[in-house]
Amino acid sequence: MHEMALTESIVEIACEEARKQSARRVTRVRLDVGLLSHAEPDALTFCFEAVAAGTVVEGALLEIERTPGAGWCLDCGKSVGIAERFGACPECGQYRVRMTAGDELKIRELEIE
Amino acid sequence: MCTVCGCGDAKLVESEAHEHVHTRPDGTTFTHHHDHGHEHAHAHDHHAHRHDTVDYGGGLAGVHVPGMSQERVIKIERDILSKNDAHAADNRRAFARDHIFALNFVSSPGSGKTSLLVRTIKDLAGRVAISVIEGDQQTSNDAERIRATGAPALQINTGKGCHLDAHMVGHAVETLAPAPGSTLFIENVGNLVCPAAFDLGEAHKVVVLSVTEGEDKPLKYPDMFAAADLMLLNKSDLLPHLDFDVSACLANALRVNPRLRTLIVSARTGEGMAAFYAWIEASARAAHP
Repeated sequence: MHEMALTESIVEIACEEARKQSARRVTRVRLDVGLLSHAEPDALTFCFEAVAAGTVVEGALLEIERTPGAGWCLDCGKSVGIAERFGACPECGQYRVRMTAGDELKIRELEIE
Repeated sequence: MCTVCGCGDAKLVESEAHEHVHTRPDGTTFTHHHDHGHEHAHAHDHHAHRHDTVDYGGGLAGVHVPGMSQERVIKIERDILSKNDAHAADNRRAFARDHIFALNFVSSPGSGKTSLLVRTIKDLAGRVAISVIEGDQQTSNDAERIRATGAPALQINTGKGCHLDAHMVGHAVETLAPAPGSTLFIENVGNLVCPAAFDLGEAHKVVVLSVTEGEDKPLKYPDMFAAADLMLLNKSDLLPHLDFDVSACLANALRVNPRLRTLIVSARTGEGMAAFYAWIEASARAAHP
């Protein structure tokens, strides 16, 4: 359950940005969580409410966008979409795919008031 | 984990406990207990943290400006792990400055990490100065096993935490104060999932797998094997009694991480350990020429 630690980090960053902007509270937090990342969106959502309680982020909506996975297949010599972090190339079936996208774990934006 | 100030309830068990006073955004304060009472120099940037107060998310009530209440969207594009990564970078700089060669040992519980470290410390006595940071949810049993070898060791108890993070390790290094030029082993919490995501500032992650586990563990828990530079396949002395397929296991590990180095060892009999010691010495020289 490292999602608890990730969620603490999300709330900490959101509080810090809110403070910089002199915001009264944070109403929405938008994340990009790659399909190939090691974080589970349901677990992040589950932890978020508990971690946000008592901070300026309390009550904020957490929106998670799943960004797609992609990799460079060394055998095909081109970029391919991949659904699994260490999965095979969907075109040639070989496992020599270097991940290029889908690993994101990012806070994209906040809505504050 | 302390969900109020975000500093976690991880504790250095050798430290004294103390209490924090929190100020909520509405100005009310309350005090709670933290087992986190050591004196430490705050060289790195983290949450406001005086020795009597952790004021997290507070202070906002005082800076609210009338007319600022409309909703605004701010683009921040910040990596969720950026806080941990900043602490890891601080640790890495400190290790580089003092020529400390740090290894982060990760595995599932029961793979034999502590036995492997104990054997390594004994066998390398007089050749390599080693100190150890031990991470477990509870007890200081592992640190005591290490200290019995004569090596300095510090236990971090993570409480409910499933991994060590760079912030905990930074404080542990301040307390343990490993000698310049020495080697530091960090034994992570036994968990093949979560520690993969948290850089501690180490030179290399070393993943320990034992032959009493499945050959397909590298496929089931790929993140850890992808993050590691060396895999030690431990308990090789038990192979005659098991159906474990060593070559299938190594092939699975290399599929996830083609540049992974692999060594077959037994911390009990010492088989293969000389190759591991040679890897430590060569990698330490490469890290700090």
